[in-house]
Amino acid sequence: MRYRFQPLTALFAILALSVTVAVSAGSSAAAGLSAPEANASVPKTVGKGEGKLNLIAWEGYAQPEWVKPFTASTGCQVNVKYAGTSSEMVSLMANGGGHQYDLVSASGDADLRLIYGGDVRPINIGLIPSWKQFRPFLQSPSFNTIGGKHYGVSYEFGPNVLLYSTKTFKAAPPSWSVIYSKQYAGKITIPDNPIQIADAALYLESAKPSLKITDPYELTQPQFNAAVALLKSEHPLIKKYWDLASQEISLFQSGTTVVGAAWPYQTNTLKANKVAVSDTIPKEGATGWADTWMLATNAPHPNCAYKWMQWVTTPKVQAEEADYFGETPANTQACGYMDKIAKGSCAAYHANAPQAYFKTIKFWKTPLAQCGNGKSDCVPFQDWVNAWTQITS
Amino acid sequence: MRPAPAGAGLSRLLWRHPWLRGLATLSPPLAWFLVIYLASLVVMLLTAFWTVNPFTNLMQHSFSTANFSQLFTGTYLTIILRTVVIAAAVTVTDTIVALPFAYFMARVAKARTQRILFTAIMLPLWASYLARVYAWIVILQKGGVLSWSFQKLGLGAVNIGYTNTAMWIVFSYIWLPFMVVPVYSAIERIPSSLLEASGDLGARNWRTVRSVLLPLALPGIVAGSIFTFSLTLGDFITPLLVGGTNSQLIGNVIYSNIGTADNLPFAATLALVPIVIMTLYLTGARALGAFEAL
Amino acid sequence: MIEGRLTRVLLRVWVVLVLLFLFVPVALIVLYAFNKSNVQGWPPSGLSTKWIGVAWHDSQVRSALLLSLKAGLLATAVALLLGSAAAFGVHRFHFFGREAVSLLLVLPLALPGIITGIALNSAFEWVGINLSLLTIVIGHATFCIVVVYNNVIARLRRVSDSMYEAAADLGAHGLLTFRTITVPMLSTALLSGALLAFALSFDEVIVTTFTAGAQNTLPLWIFGAIRLGQQLPEVNVVVVFVLLLTVIPVAVAARLAGSGGVARALT
Repeated sequence: MRYRFQPLTALFAILALSVTVAVSAGSSAAAGLSAPEANASVPKTVGKGEGKLNLIAWEGYAQPEWVKPFTASTGCQVNVKYAGTSSEMVSLMANGGGHQYDLVSASGDADLRLIYGGDVRPINIGLIPSWKQFRPFLQSPSFNTIGGKHYGVSYEFGPNVLLYSTKTFKAAPPSWSVIYSKQYAGKITIPDNPIQIADAALYLESAKPSLKITDPYELTQPQFNAAVALLKSEHPLIKKYWDLASQEISLFQSGTTVVGAAWPYQTNTLKANKVAVSDTIPKEGATGWADTWMLATNAPHPNCAYKWMQWVTTPKVQAEEADYFGETPANTQACGYMDKIAKGSCAAYHANAPQAYFKTIKFWKTPLAQCGNGKSDCVPFQDWVNAWTQITS
Repeated sequence: MRPAPAGAGLSRLLWRHPWLRGLATLSPPLAWFLVIYLASLVVMLLTAFWTVNPFTNLMQHSFSTANFSQLFTGTYLTIILRTVVIAAAVTVTDTIVALPFAYFMARVAKARTQRILFTAIMLPLWASYLARVYAWIVILQKGGVLSWSFQKLGLGAVNIGYTNTAMWIVFSYIWLPFMVVPVYSAIERIPSSLLEASGDLGARNWRTVRSVLLPLALPGIVAGSIFTFSLTLGDFITPLLVGGTNSQLIGNVIYSNIGTADNLPFAATLALVPIVIMTLYLTGARALGAFEAL
Repeated sequence: MIEGRLTRVLLRVWVVLVLLFLFVPVALIVLYAFNKSNVQGWPPSGLSTKWIGVAWHDSQVRSALLLSLKAGLLATAVALLLGSAAAFGVHRFHFFGREAVSLLLVLPLALPGIITGIALNSAFEWVGINLSLLTIVIGHATFCIVVVYNNVIARLRRVSDSMYEAAADLGAHGLLTFRTITVPMLSTALLSGALLAFALSFDEVIVTTFTAGAQNTLPLWIFGAIRLGQQLPEVNVVVVFVLLLTVIPVAVAARLAGSGGVARALT
């Protein structure tokens, strides 16, 4: 006699349970347009270190060069989780860092998502003395400071430059139009990131003034459509949308591409390997990224977190980071140290450039429906992602 | 009377009540899957019927099929089709490459050669997926190893880096051991007598292969194809590293929707696609009798 | 089937070609472990052994390697137990919903790793388990079980029931049959399943990103290292080192797997 075993009944029971859980467990992501943690308490002093510090960081943001002295002087053992994209950082920080992580080195395109998602909490900027040495525009930028509350401390930044082969271009291309030009079809590369729509919008700001684009991250539907149309027409000219910096380095080193959008990091790595390239910021200006160390809402080691923020904003560490990663320090006093590490690096990374230079850079911020003008008809980021999928597939 | 061998009592109990045996063998894995894995998956996949309000970023807990309407539009259908075609191409390629290799290993090679070949097929798996794909970039790119070799042979330069072809080659390369091992296991178990009998009955080699070897090796091929097909369906790293501008697969779109857009519901909708495809695949394989021993 | 001489020659050629296909990328990895510059261009600009020293002194690599080994061993052990049990259950017992269970067990492979990772991450958060070695192992075990299950069931479907009946006729009870007939027959399937499962676990990146805490397995470390590309030769050095380490265990496993040939000869 065969007994009919019924695992399916058991399955249905578990499924029913799961559904109940799902309905009651509530939502995941963000709140509305108020930062949930805005009124969270901030400490008045930094207490004794807890002995441990868990970071989510970009690769290269926690090198032994400055981690070892930090651990030696504070006793905080540093554990790093490297993330590849801002997106990954947001996912990992869900639920306030899940009681796991203390700090995250988020870029501008993630900051607002983290703040409005309640995943990060305000800090007492007064506890970070080096902050006073920061460039003014990075002390309280709109991507990490909301309503006067600092949700972290700015760290380093960089522009998205136009990288070109000096074999193909005898002089620096004056305009971003080269990457939309059929002349270089099949030899162009740009980042695989929906925020690139802002770069197209920035170009159209000058190329099509009738669109009246003022902020490349706050685009009305017609402005957005124009940027997307431009990128779609560019698609057949692109050889590869790069995801990793090392990919773009490979592309230029092998001669597969001759022009594209890049970070100064790629330029400098290629130059160090004797590849004939250079970079420039064309006349339309450039977008840029700036990183902020943000404190998790449920950080298990807040004192070590504050000590880290204090440490990495000092001029020497800022210089060491800038040199390793290829970016510009927020601390204006870092220039001298940079030249000590690598002669001429201060100028190479524009660490001593005048304020006017930085005004040409439009830093990343999460596109929201709420435009600055009080209206809510700008295109939200979700639509940017959908459009980008259509552009790149 | 001899005392009953150890375990006899338990054996008798299990023999009397087959359902107990079923329960005993199936409940640990089922419990595992259901409690931790399935429950969390179901919760997540249910969000496919929810949406995220793009203006407030709040998850709307109301039933909606908006995600599915979005899924069945040109872009996403193209991506799904492309993924299935590449997965199928990789599966077919790996089957063709693996069969003669597995046959040689199972039936022709002497014991020592067999061991060496087995080691050889498993060894690349230990050389990090990422490092191997990176090596393929060097091989396939402009002026890379392939192009250089072709030029040395007088065949002219070739530049297939960052194309769908490159993706197909690399996928076939990466999953090959997963096809060889089950096929080898299956062929190894075929009794020599069957193959000899076929010869005795007058069948020439090709007939034997078609009518005896392949059908008996089919369970192994199917087991291997489950790996090659499903692993390709969900992968996004290879398209990211060696693919071109028309190489977005389902995995890539899920990746960008989960993180970049915080659009978990749509990512969940996309995730249903590989599940449905694999269900159809397994059902089809079963219908073709691939799972039953002859 | 007697293979003619031509067939044998062709088969050998095929085998050599496949081996070349498999090992040319590996050879490149070895070559680029000695690359002087950190950019992988062809041909390499120069050779240097400095990266071996860099890798040797890198404590991050050491801890990543150790974590990967621990996670792999644990996940494989779990997979062997549960995977073969599942294969037995599905193969031997015909019950309503059998096909559904079959599909269920393939799910972890069919599902993109990122979905599994996120789902598990939310589940752990909800239940309150801290991300650690345990959660990494759970994440890996989901697909390791599948690998073992697939291998075992493919073998079981080729084993005829007459074996069990004969054993019973000869007076052996269930557990004895299991121990003396079933397990030896399955040994190669179990072994190759275990090897595949361990390899999958050792090399897994996506699910691990979401199930690991502030810790790195080797693939996570490698993924981080290839993003910027400053340490590509160091990555290659580490990979070569792992390869050298695994040659012995894999060769031993192959030797044990060779005993399957004995079973073949008996039928």
